[in-house]
Amino acid sequence: MGLESYLKESGFITTKLDAIIGWARKNSVWPMPMGISCCAIEMMAVGDPKYDIARFGSEVMRFTPRQCDLMIVAGTVTYKMAPVVKKIFDQMPDPKWVIAMGACTSSGGMYRSYSVVQGIDQFLPVDIYLAGCPPRPDNLLYALMKIQDKIGKTKAAEFKNLPELNVIQNN
Amino acid sequence: MNLKELVPQKLKEKFPDVSFYISDYKDELTIKFDKKNVVSVCKYLKEDDDLQFNYCTDVTAVDWAKRKERFTVVYNIFSMKNNFRLRLKSDVDESDCAIDSVSLVWGSANWHERETFDMYGIKFNNHPDLRRMYMPEEFEYHPLRKDFPLMGIPGSLPLPKK
Repeated sequence: MGLESYLKESGFITTKLDAIIGWARKNSVWPMPMGISCCAIEMMAVGDPKYDIARFGSEVMRFTPRQCDLMIVAGTVTYKMAPVVKKIFDQMPDPKWVIAMGACTSSGGMYRSYSVVQGIDQFLPVDIYLAGCPPRPDNLLYALMKIQDKIGKTKAAEFKNLPELNVIQNN
Repeated sequence: MNLKELVPQKLKEKFPDVSFYISDYKDELTIKFDKKNVVSVCKYLKEDDDLQFNYCTDVTAVDWAKRKERFTVVYNIFSMKNNFRLRLKSDVDESDCAIDSVSLVWGSANWHERETFDMYGIKFNNHPDLRRMYMPEEFEYHPLRKDFPLMGIPGSLPLPKK
């Protein structure tokens, strides 16, 4: 069971740092619940005991973007809301991932109109597009597992092009 | 006395110079009159002891596109005392696209008038705070006008950079 079975008597294992960081990272994804409309109801259901997102180590829904690494955009994003979503996304520390949950977020959905952004990939780097209107909670768990696969395969070399942190130098 | 007869009768007695067009369709009473009397008529309907239309349910507008008087502003009001609903209408032309505000008569008309201004571009004179309700403040168009395209005008609503 678990890590102990690999340790044997010696207490050592040989692995790559990428693998061990990816393993730790993918099992502790902290989501930013960007619940904008009805998809947020299904996202709440994911947290309840029936579906239980805690099985995947993601039960800590952080309501501050500064402690998150996965943004679940759940709901219709209007042009007026888009700068707000982007502002919150920008405050999340790197590395970070995005799930576009539901038809509206992925493509505008049934709101083919002047006020709704026709897909948030116009201003956010989306990793997973999740179908459904709204998607069932198990669908969201499936998207989370896909994200975990992606995070587990991430290598440190992929992050060398990230923009530098904007640290305020002078008080 | 029946409210349907009382309301037009009292209005005609109080405002002999104003012409009221009264229609009673599907048990809904609608009264249409010139836009320059809107505040005095509304104030009277609210403050008269027998009528007491003390709740303004909605203010909205209709765009008739090709008609000579392009817009109609519609007020749905309600009398809690009599449990009676009344609809008031007033035409507004595009060349003089403004009507007097009734937000000082009914407080709830404030936001309804802002919404109507946002969606149709009808100005409400003497409104205390006539800003857009839904669309961003720098937006230049009025989406519920018939000549506004469904998918909007490209580039009129900026998105953040990727």
